Amino acid sequence: MKWIDYARPQTVAEAVQLLTERGDGARAMAGGTDLIVQLRVGRRQPDHVVDVKHIPDLNEVNTSGGGVTLGAAVPCHIIYNNDAIKDAFPALVDSASIIGGTQIQGRASIGGNLCNAAPSADAIPTLIALGATANVSGSTGERSVAIEDFCTGPGQNVLGADELLTSISIPAQGANSGARYQRFIPRNEMDIAVVGVGASVTLNNGSFESVRVSLASVAPTPLFVTEINDELAGKDVTDENIAKAGEIAKDAAKPISDMRGTADYRRHLCDVMTRRVLSDAITRARGGNVDAH
Amino acid sequence: MTTTREPNKVLSQIEYDVIGTRPIRPDGADKVTGRAKYSADFTISGAIYGKLVRSPHAHARIISIDTSKAEAHPSVKAVVTGEDLPKTVIGADGDRPKTSGEIAADLKYLRHQIMATEKVVFGNQPVAAVAAATAHDAEEAAKLVEVKYEILPSVTEVRAAMEDDAPVLHDDIEMTEFGEKTGRKGNIADHFQNKIGDPQKGFEQADVIVEREFNTATVHQGYIEPHSCTVHWRDDDRIFIWNSCQGPFNIRDATAEVLGVPLTNVKLTPQEIGGGFGGKFEPYGEPVLALLSKKAGAPVKMWMTRTEDLEATGPSPGSYVRVKMGATKDGKIVAGEAELAFEAGAYPGSVVEAGGECVFAPYDIPNAVVDGYDVVVNKSKMAAYRAPGATNAEFASETVVDELAQKLDIDPIEFRLMNAAKEGTRKVDGTSFPRIGLVEVLEALKDHDHWKSPIEGDNVARGFACAYWMNAGLQSAVNLAVNSDGRVSLTEGSPDIGGSRASISMQAAEILGIPSEDILPSVVDTDSIGFTFGTGGSRTTFATGYAAIEAAKDVKQQMIERAALIWGVAPESVQMDKGNIHAGNGAELKMTFKELAAEMNDTGGAITGRGSVNPSGVGAAFAGLIVDIHADPETGKVQILRATIAQDAGKAIHPSYVEGQLQGGTAQGIGWGLNEEYFMSDEGRMANSSFLDYRMPTALDLPMIDTVIVEVANPGHPFGVRGVGEVNIAPPPAAIANALSRSLGVRMERLPMNPNTVMETMWANNGSSNGS
Repeated sequence: MKWIDYARPQTVAEAVQLLTERGDGARAMAGGTDLIVQLRVGRRQPDHVVDVKHIPDLNEVNTSGGGVTLGAAVPCHIIYNNDAIKDAFPALVDSASIIGGTQIQGRASIGGNLCNAAPSADAIPTLIALGATANVSGSTGERSVAIEDFCTGPGQNVLGADELLTSISIPAQGANSGARYQRFIPRNEMDIAVVGVGASVTLNNGSFESVRVSLASVAPTPLFVTEINDELAGKDVTDENIAKAGEIAKDAAKPISDMRGTADYRRHLCDVMTRRVLSDAITRARGGNVDAH
Repeated sequence: MTTTREPNKVLSQIEYDVIGTRPIRPDGADKVTGRAKYSADFTISGAIYGKLVRSPHAHARIISIDTSKAEAHPSVKAVVTGEDLPKTVIGADGDRPKTSGEIAADLKYLRHQIMATEKVVFGNQPVAAVAAATAHDAEEAAKLVEVKYEILPSVTEVRAAMEDDAPVLHDDIEMTEFGEKTGRKGNIADHFQNKIGDPQKGFEQADVIVEREFNTATVHQGYIEPHSCTVHWRDDDRIFIWNSCQGPFNIRDATAEVLGVPLTNVKLTPQEIGGGFGGKFEPYGEPVLALLSKKAGAPVKMWMTRTEDLEATGPSPGSYVRVKMGATKDGKIVAGEAELAFEAGAYPGSVVEAGGECVFAPYDIPNAVVDGYDVVVNKSKMAAYRAPGATNAEFASETVVDELAQKLDIDPIEFRLMNAAKEGTRKVDGTSFPRIGLVEVLEALKDHDHWKSPIEGDNVARGFACAYWMNAGLQSAVNLAVNSDGRVSLTEGSPDIGGSRASISMQAAEILGIPSEDILPSVVDTDSIGFTFGTGGSRTTFATGYAAIEAAKDVKQQMIERAALIWGVAPESVQMDKGNIHAGNGAELKMTFKELAAEMNDTGGAITGRGSVNPSGVGAAFAGLIVDIHADPETGKVQILRATIAQDAGKAIHPSYVEGQLQGGTAQGIGWGLNEEYFMSDEGRMANSSFLDYRMPTALDLPMIDTVIVEVANPGHPFGVRGVGEVNIAPPPAAIANALSRSLGVRMERLPMNPNTVMETMWANNGSSNGS
């Protein structure tokens, strides 16, 4: 165990200054549920941990205007206990309620899940499906990044050494929209997605107006499968078209074989899970209820 | 349809006053309040901290070990390597201690396993160790030990290791075949064969024959508390060990032999244990810490990480098992043939013989042959795990038995009843059973409302399997001391894993006719009680309980003699029952146990009793399991919907703890069946060495497991006890596989039956490679 400096800034500006001064040796931490494990096993070895979960701005949840802006350090349990989120963004509840167990959800944040940039991250496909953007502050100012552009490789993201994720903005989804996230795991809890699928649909009577599908655990970064929208937009909501989406997801996936599943099995699951998740998203779009688990 | 659900049934044959009741366990309050002290809770002033330096390679030659940088670390107090262990002189002390763990291993191999010299033979194998003032310093200093390796090709799978061109782990392993040395060098250490009747003729009589080959993955016991210990090599050359283990005497003896010191120089004080399941019979860190302690002149404490524990202590073998069985069209099994090859880990001595004994044991098969192979692979040395060998073997045979029943269109329980082993049935090894309770177990399940309830829903199906395990006897000692207030101190040497302080006290209480709460049990150190083999082999309630009965009888006889002395009558005229002592017919000579105890100190001093046994009448254990599953045909995922296990306990001393064993074994068997496995990298390292990726079932993966305790008294125990700890793990994999054959129509030949392997099996059956 090496010595690590620890700082607990109270403002975004202070945090950005610390990150800027320390450069690549610093790492921002919110709940720490990924970072502390990585420190223990030596996967990340920062010299300086900047604990951002005490910054008030990073703990705000703003649900005005039909969308939601989540402070980057807002933990999962706040999200799935927020009535406005439960009502408008049940897919976010799907994700927030399966990241780790109950105790972990007291600490783990969606912002952390995004910055950790695991290919298997349970929140990222949902954020991509919902068309969310990441709001970033750095030494030279602020910028916004579409979630599908945020991750650049396993554990890698677009943030510069001086930059901090401050919040995530999810736009209002509009009428006749529904979204869903589900992952496939061999157990029923406490597991890493073999495949995860986030999907949102907007329907126009009996047809698809738009479809956004994103896959976890089948590529170096969460995969946004835009081809599904290309195929389905304007088409009727039918089992055949849903099956087509499954086929497209399967073809788009670039999985590896590892201890959590073979590449063939993962491709197969992309098909199965995309069909199931799309069906649930359609149910939600039509006002029906689908339980989080 | 509604049926009466009775979650836990006890089918009792004989009632007693204490035995069969459910008192609160003596250790319960400390455990639920967090007061109980486990191994890592142990503190001693002046302790320093140890850390093992481990090999990153599964198989490599050690070119050099440079400890100079570690020694120069300001906090480091001692550094040792394998060269600090005594050299093993073959022929002098090369044979394994007389009394050590469940699995015999050569002392030379044991020393090498504990700290390697010349080469490493499994991933994360210790090659050196450091002790430093703090645990963090020890961790840092361990990284400063520079070890140069020449990497060798590794082999981690049993069938691959048996190939002629496989990498060879040891140049001195020569295959023994049927008890004779063959001169064949390689990874196969032993080949044995058991045979009964004429298998060839038996198969000629068969109308239906089923033959399948099975492969099962290496699994771990998954106890919650990783290995840890504190060792102090004192300046009087006594070596004190504080750890949590199953066998204090086993580890005392093995540690003394590894260190080359007299046996009783070592004293082991067992702490509370957070699970063992067979994995805590062998020393791992203890001898190393002893060396560090001697060098540093201070007690040394160490605890293993989960990764160290999973990859480098003692898991349970992966295996290959081929089973062929034949039956006549009227449902009689007439022939069996089995071939078992078990991973021994990096040194010879797997549990394949036990597997070979179990494979056909539940059935009366006149003609059978069993071949077993003990094979070394580049994994850590396998240890015992709850009915070691039975689960591998009976997953195979119970699948084949089920398929025979399917082909003959006979109900699976009925088919087993038609062929069930009974008193007098001969096993493949030639021995025959005393009174056993398999038929009663099968009948209890056939009559159970679970078996009679309808199976409803798509892809929902029911499976059944049963299993045999031999159980162990071995040595136990118990001392009793009567206190003047009438309570009785009980000292024993069996670490309490599953409520054994309660079940042992209850047997003494029953003999003495006093409440079990009046017995005060203590598990004591190895200086303070006679040799007691470890807690394992389902032996503790049976054998240590037997010793408690003997000790209580000893006390009882002395109480009678003391009363006779007080009353001035002949001892023969004094009786003691239900805790009351009386003489003659009249009511005047009468004392309670407490009243007599109060007289002890003035009439000759305290009464103490002793019991020391090595009982031979071990009662075999049988269990059967019904499971209902749902299998997802698109993902291959299996959900257990309902499970009911019945087991012959002989006599359940404390039914709650028997039920706990039945449920715990079933839970572990379900984990083994569905998801648990050592996933090995191409380089021979365990890739999933954490409880995140080594997937044991969580509470959400299991239903409440219903139990039926069947009581067919074991004639070899005064109260009819049979060990109950182990056999319950063996049925689940086969029961789930048998249910899968009815749900998705696939016969699984691999463990684990995780979603991925279930889908692959379905694709193979459909002739497609990836479901497209």
